[in-house]
Amino acid sequence: MSDSNKLIKFSNSYKKLNIFSFLLIIFSLLILLLKGLNFGVDFKGGTLIEIRTVDSVRISDLRDAFVNMNLGDVTVKKFGKKNDYLVKIEKKSTDENFISEINETLSSKVGSEVNFRRVESVGPKVSNELLKDGLLAITLSLAAMLFYIWIRFEWQFSLGAIIAIVHDVIITLGMFSLLSYEINLSIVAAVLTIVGYSMNDTVVIFDRIRENLKKYSKISIGEISNISTNETLSRTLITSVTTLLALSSIYIFGGAILKGFSFAMILGVIIGTYSSIFIATPILNYTKVSQKTILKDDLENN
Amino acid sequence: MLYFSKPKVLIIYSILFVLSFFSLLNLNTFNNHIPFSKKINLGLDLQGGSYLLLEVDTKPVIKRKLQNKLIALRKTLKDENINYSNLNIQNQNIIIQISTSNIELFEKFFLNKENNINTYYDNYKSFELNYSIEDDFVTIKYSKYGLIEIKNSSLDQSLEIVRKRIDEIGTKEPTIIKRGSDRILIELPGIDDPNRIKKLLGQTASLSFRLVSTSEDDFGSELLSVDNSEEKIKISKRVLLSGDNLVNARAAIDNRSGQVIVNFTLDRSGAKKFARVTTNNVGKRLAIILDKKVISSPQISESIIGGSGQITGNFTFQTATDLALLLRSGALPAPLKILEERTVGPDLGEDSIKSGSLSLVIGFILVIFYMFFKYKFLGFIANIALIGNLVLLMGILTILEATLTLPGIAGIILTVGMAVDANVLIFERIKEEAKTEKSLIHAFSMGYKKAQTAVLDANITTLISAIILFFLGSGPVKGFAVTLGLGILTTLFSAYFLARHLSSIYVMRNKDKKVVL
Repeated sequence: MSDSNKLIKFSNSYKKLNIFSFLLIIFSLLILLLKGLNFGVDFKGGTLIEIRTVDSVRISDLRDAFVNMNLGDVTVKKFGKKNDYLVKIEKKSTDENFISEINETLSSKVGSEVNFRRVESVGPKVSNELLKDGLLAITLSLAAMLFYIWIRFEWQFSLGAIIAIVHDVIITLGMFSLLSYEINLSIVAAVLTIVGYSMNDTVVIFDRIRENLKKYSKISIGEISNISTNETLSRTLITSVTTLLALSSIYIFGGAILKGFSFAMILGVIIGTYSSIFIATPILNYTKVSQKTILKDDLENN
Repeated sequence: MLYFSKPKVLIIYSILFVLSFFSLLNLNTFNNHIPFSKKINLGLDLQGGSYLLLEVDTKPVIKRKLQNKLIALRKTLKDENINYSNLNIQNQNIIIQISTSNIELFEKFFLNKENNINTYYDNYKSFELNYSIEDDFVTIKYSKYGLIEIKNSSLDQSLEIVRKRIDEIGTKEPTIIKRGSDRILIELPGIDDPNRIKKLLGQTASLSFRLVSTSEDDFGSELLSVDNSEEKIKISKRVLLSGDNLVNARAAIDNRSGQVIVNFTLDRSGAKKFARVTTNNVGKRLAIILDKKVISSPQISESIIGGSGQITGNFTFQTATDLALLLRSGALPAPLKILEERTVGPDLGEDSIKSGSLSLVIGFILVIFYMFFKYKFLGFIANIALIGNLVLLMGILTILEATLTLPGIAGIILTVGMAVDANVLIFERIKEEAKTEKSLIHAFSMGYKKAQTAVLDANITTLISAIILFFLGSGPVKGFAVTLGLGILTTLFSAYFLARHLSSIYVMRNKDKKVVL
C-alpha cells in the first residue's frame, strides 16, 4: 500500500459529486423531454444536401431560394469551409428527378453555380428502421456489458458499472439536446464507443478493488476504493489524455462530417472517466461490498 | 512472463513481417503486376459514389397474378361443372358466389394437390392460395407462402434486370445485392450524379404494341397520354405484341430523315405475330406504348415481315439510347421505389481522405510525443508497439480487403489513442511492482502478469461494443466497427507479444542495473 498521506481522498467527495451528478441527470432528462433531440435525416427521414457554391452567395439568398421551392421545412446552415452549406429538407420525395430539379432551380436563383457535394435521402420506412436498430444496438450493448461484468464480478460491481454508463449516456445526450447538435448514425456509433470506453475505465478500477479486497481484510471498502483509485489514477489519466489527444485531432482536423462524432466522443471520454471514479466506485460503498463478497465467489468456484 | 522461446519469437516477427508486407501493398501503384494484389477498398464516402436502396413493390404483381387466376378460374370452374356467379376481384381477394350445393365440389377441386390453379408447395407444405367461405361467398387470397413466392420471384427477376441495366451503362464495379425479402441494395462507386441511373431504374419499361382505337365506343379501350405532351389518345386494350418478344434494340439515326430512332429486332414468334398484325391492319395506326405512355403511333403503311422495326419519336440521342437500353434489358416485374439514397461527390470524398489522414497523422504524433514524455524509454517500446499495431491493423484490413470509410478512419485514430492503454496498464503496474521489487526482471515479470486481467477485461468490453455495432450498424458505421474491433485485437497482440518481447530484451540487457523507471 502506498503512503496513506499521499492518497487523494476520493471518498470524501462521493456524496457531493453524486448529488451533482444526480442533478445533472435530472437536468439532462428534462432537456431531453422538453427540447428533445435534433434527429438528422437518418432517423427522421428527409433529404440532406451538402452544397458548395462556386461564387460566394448570401445565406439568406439560399434560404429564400429554398422557401420559394415549397419543400416544406428547410434549414440551411454554414458547414465547414466558406461557401459550403448544409441543407436539410423535410419533404420526402420519391420522384427520381427531385434532386436534379432542386439543383437547377437553385443555380438559376442564387446566381452562382451550385455543386451538390453530398446528398442523403432517407425515406420514412428506412429512417424508422435505422432508429429502431440504433436503439436496439445501444440497449443490446448495455445488456452485454452488464452480463459480462456480472460474470466477471459480483452483482454490486455490475450495478455500479451500469449506473455509471447510463449516467454517461444520459448526460451526453442531454448535452446534444442542449446544444441542438444533430443525432445521426455516427452519433449512435459514438455513444456505443463511449459505453465501451466508460466500461473499460470502470473495469480497470474494479479489477484493482477486487484485488485489494483480497489483500486487505481489515480495511473498509471506502478506504479500499481510495487506495485502488489512487493506484490506477495515473493509468486512468494517461489513457484519457492519449484518447483525448487522438479525438481532438479528429475534432480539429477531421473535417466537418466527423465534428459531431468526435465531439460526442470527447464529451463521453471526459464524463466516462469521471463516472468510473465518482459514480461506479461509490456504488460499491453503498452496497457494502466487503472481502466476504469476493471470497464467497472464490469458495464457490473451488 | 518474460521468457520467449525461439519459435515463438520467430512466429511473432513473421506475423509482423507478413502483415507489414500486406499493409505496404496499399502504397504500391503497380498492383496488377503482383500475383496476390490486395488493397483496402475505399468506402463510397471516401471515393465518391452512390448508394441506393430500392424496394420491389409487389402489389401490382399480386394484382396482375390475381387477374390471371381469375381468368383461369372462370374456365376451370366451367370445365369442372361447378356453378358459380359473380366472379370478381376486391382488394387483393377473388370473390366467387357458389351455391351451397356446389361448395363441396369446389373445395374438393381446390384442395386437390394436382389442380391447375392452386399450386401446392411441397417445400412449405402449403397451398399457394387460401380460401374462406361465408354463406355462399368464397373468398380466395394468397397464402403467406404464396406471397413469399411472389416476393422471391419478383425480387430475383428485378435483381436480374437491375443488374442488366446498370451493366449496360458501364459503371465500374457496381455492387448489386438482395437485402431482406423485397429490397435491392446498389452501390455505384465513382458515380457523381445518379440521376440517369435513378431514371433508368424508376421505369418498369413494359413495352406493348396496340392499335389506336377508332371506334366511338369506350369499351375495350383506354385513354393514354402521349410522351412529352398533354395530348391523349384512345388506345385499344388488346396487346398485339409485348416487349417479351424483343431480342435487341439499338439507338440509331435514320438515314433519310436524320431523326434519332430506335431499331428493334423481334424473336421468331414475335416476328410472325408482328407480320400478321401489320398485314391485317394496313392503314391503321399502331401505338407503341411504354409504361402507359404512348411513345409514338405511326400509321402502318405496309406489312412488316422481317421481324425488325423502328420506333420514331421525339428522341434525343440520349433518350433513344436509354430507351433502347431499357428495351434490351427487359421489363421489371414490379415497380421499384427508392427508399434511401446517399451520394457523395468525388471532391468531397477527396477532402474527407485528406482531412481523415491529416487527423490520423497528427493524432498519432501527439500520442507518440506524449508517451515519450511520460515514459521515456518504456515510451519508446510503447511507441514501437503502437506503430506495429497500426501496421498489423492495416495488414489485416488489406488481407480482408475491408472497406475503409470516414468513420473507419476515426476508428483507427481512436485505436491509436486507446491502444496505448494496454501498455499504460502494464507499465504502471511495473512501476508499482518496482517500488517493492529489487530485481528489474521480477518487476517486469510481475507487472505483465498482474496487469493481464485488467487489460483483457478492458479490451473485451470495447470489443463487445464493436461487435454489436458491426451487426446492427449500417454502411459507414460498420466500417467504424471493423477498424475499432480489429484494432483491439491487434492492440492485444502488439502489447502482449511485441512490446513484451521488446521489454524482455531491455530487461535482460539491464538486469544488473538498479531499478530506475
